Amino acid sequence: MKGVSRPVRFGFGAFIAAGLIVALVLAFFVSPSASGNPDGLNKVAIDKGFADAEKDHAFGDAPTAGYEVRGVDDDRLSTGLAGIIGVAVTFSVAGGAMLIVRRARRTSPAEAVPH
Amino acid sequence: MHIPDGFIDGTTSAGAAVVVAGGLGATLRRAGEVLDERRVPLAGLVAAFVFAVQMLNVPVASGTSGHLLGGALAAVLVGPAVGAVCVSVVLGVQALLFADGGLSALGLNILNMALVTAFGGYAVFVLARRVMSRTPSSVVVAAGFAAAVSVVLSALAFTLEYAVGGTGTASVPTVAGAMVGVHVLIGIGEGVITALVVGAVLATRPDLVWGARDLAIDQAATSHVAEKVAS
Repeated sequence: MKGVSRPVRFGFGAFIAAGLIVALVLAFFVSPSASGNPDGLNKVAIDKGFADAEKDHAFGDAPTAGYEVRGVDDDRLSTGLAGIIGVAVTFSVAGGAMLIVRRARRTSPAEAVPH
Repeated sequence: MHIPDGFIDGTTSAGAAVVVAGGLGATLRRAGEVLDERRVPLAGLVAAFVFAVQMLNVPVASGTSGHLLGGALAAVLVGPAVGAVCVSVVLGVQALLFADGGLSALGLNILNMALVTAFGGYAVFVLARRVMSRTPSSVVVAAGFAAAVSVVLSALAFTLEYAVGGTGTASVPTVAGAMVGVHVLIGIGEGVITALVVGAVLATRPDLVWGARDLAIDQAATSHVAEKVAS
């Protein structure tokens, strides 16, 4: 297969690192410029008269509620930091969850039987 | 598309949460079967990337914004089961840490934005690929098309939930028309961004694209490495 061109240019670790950097840059530098307009569902709710049905969020007082870090007065920095926190937490939780289910799978009795 | 508390009544929301908990459990088991342990960080990256791009609302029409849902993108990159888990994690983190998407509506939101987009989107992707040639560019086009359709499917899922337990007084056909109308626009953006991202991954690490496994791009080199790691 040596004649086939090799599009693979990144090692796996480098690919993950590059992807995370892109996610962090988007979350920190770009997200503070995101549109504050209502999204599709909220716009429909406003136009069709059921926006008032919305209730306060149970965790509305959380220190990062609304993608703003409490205590950080600069709006752009506050949103950017919330983005960094979100990227770090989602990476860890999703990776951790997959590692747990993967290991549980491998060590289950059914898997111990050769097939 | 994140449903806040109150749009859908408590009974419907709780019922959806029970059904989704069961579906998510089965999805987790499936994800554990298909994900190579070496590639676990890829699931983390997909979740983190979807979280980041979901923050990027862009104006789509007068007074309306939209952001990537990412379910179809995740499904094409890591498979529908792992992809659905990734987006579910994103939705859980958004509801618990950032007060985005109601707690009572978390089941509904996972159903609409993780399960429907990942599994529904992936089904569309597979069907679209069947009518196209087996080339990397077909994967890109099919991914974009599937992503666009997945947003409309998600909007229809909300409409169905509104029909069952909506607290509003607007008629179901009215809500259906408005939801589909605006989400066709958002879906076009979803399709373009999904195609760009899938194209970028295909250009750098095609072996990491679940939806392109049949193309066997440079599989000889990568599977050789995989065997060494596995042994």
